[in-house]
Amino acid sequence: MAAKTITVTYIEDGGKEHRIAVPEGWSLMEGAVKHLVPGIDADCGGACACATCQVFVDPAWEDKLAPKSDMEETMLDFAPETKPNSRLSCQIAATPDLDGIVLRLPKSQH
Amino acid sequence: MPEKIVIIGAGQAGAQAVQSLRAEGFGGGITLIGEESWPPYQRPPLSKAYLLGQFERPRLFLKPDSFYAEAGCELRLNARARAIHRAERLVEMESGPSIAYDKLLLATGTRVRKLTCPGAELPGVHYLRGIDDVDALQAVFQSGARLAVVGGGYIGLEVAAVAAKRGLDVTVFEAMDRLMARAVSPQLSAFYAAEHAKAGVKLMLRTGVEAIQGTDRVEGIRAGGTVYPADIVLVGIGVLANDDLARVAGLGCEDGIIVDKNARTGDAHIWAAGDCTRHVGHEGHAIRLECVQNAIDQAKHAALAMVGRPKDYSEVPWFWSDQYDLKLQIAGLARPTDMIVQRGDPANRKFAVFHLRDGAVAAVEAVNAAPEYMIGKKLVAEGRRIAPERLADLSVPMKQMAA
Repeated sequence: MAAKTITVTYIEDGGKEHRIAVPEGWSLMEGAVKHLVPGIDADCGGACACATCQVFVDPAWEDKLAPKSDMEETMLDFAPETKPNSRLSCQIAATPDLDGIVLRLPKSQH
Repeated sequence: MPEKIVIIGAGQAGAQAVQSLRAEGFGGGITLIGEESWPPYQRPPLSKAYLLGQFERPRLFLKPDSFYAEAGCELRLNARARAIHRAERLVEMESGPSIAYDKLLLATGTRVRKLTCPGAELPGVHYLRGIDDVDALQAVFQSGARLAVVGGGYIGLEVAAVAAKRGLDVTVFEAMDRLMARAVSPQLSAFYAAEHAKAGVKLMLRTGVEAIQGTDRVEGIRAGGTVYPADIVLVGIGVLANDDLARVAGLGCEDGIIVDKNARTGDAHIWAAGDCTRHVGHEGHAIRLECVQNAIDQAKHAALAMVGRPKDYSEVPWFWSDQYDLKLQIAGLARPTDMIVQRGDPANRKFAVFHLRDGAVAAVEAVNAAPEYMIGKKLVAEGRRIAPERLADLSVPMKQMAA
């Protein structure tokens, strides 16, 4: 496992918070799934093939993220109940400048 | 006595079943039996990012180690079931005491089809199914090495793409007249053949392998009457359903364990899920699938049935493959007799092929084309009828097709 981690806060639709140490280089989807945070399905395991790992990025952190790829953009178009700050968490890598990021989870991924 | 569920097979379906059984409120005991030394992990990255060295091993595991203990699931690794005694409801193990069950889930998956030609046992002949296979392959993946890939299917081509990227000299031998013939349309086969050729991969179609040559290890491969020098052979010629335990136990099997829409076998105490099953697909006839989607969805349905809340399984299957920077996404099951409608130009490396059956969308193959895939999957599920010329018209956005 990578030595360095960043702290990511996942907030379930019901309000429950999970503060997780995610190894740098891992995706924020993996950080959630590997710690059993409910609300992220990630059926495809992070291949950007299923759009079941949607998160809402806290507005304070939106600018720090790398822009969406065309693939992510179009996959998100078809995810349920997206918002302007929706992202697919499998496409966001944990990097030092995201230490402390806050993500909210949708009610359902399907 | 609390109820006891035993799951044979610690892969994607087995792990999903543990999660779903608990999510559905099952409060009894669960034992998960796996032959490998690893806890359940994802297989798709093995032939892609993991082989490329861009995805370290801890990321492969589906659950954290603590998951199984927290879920009250006894995880038995390096353990192999020898027989199922249905009358006694016991799983006999190759070593150690038998395990009693009230309900049994078979999630035994598949094993690779082995090459049977002369020389097939020589050191240097590799297969790709598990972590250990890839670790062994990686150890010999040196730039400049000559790699002969036997079989131009998903596994062979994904490995070829990684190998080309890592500087190996790659030749693919395929007995059929086109690549991925079992899985994709001729249009896709032609497109991928051109992409592999561009990357420097040599393709030998209609070329069956006759022998692996070498004295102490692989030195060459004889195919189509010609000997090609080779340092490494990777065989990807398909997989076989692990249905032996079920068959010997007297359960119905036919290239897979036969189950109904609730993942039930002919025995009221035994269910099966994932690659190892022959089940009634979304089109209403018996199929066997090899994909993550089926492992996950069928395991969820098995869990529902096992807790007494059966729900019919009829999801549209989906698949993906990563080769170079191309993401292939497929939904539905195409047939050779389908009418083919192409949307977009392959020259742009972004296009889709739709399969219409009696006017309705039956399958879609999308290359770097997420809207076509996502909307296409919906169209398949609904059996939507769309005029071919409209489907091919790029000025009509995919979103409007579904409206």
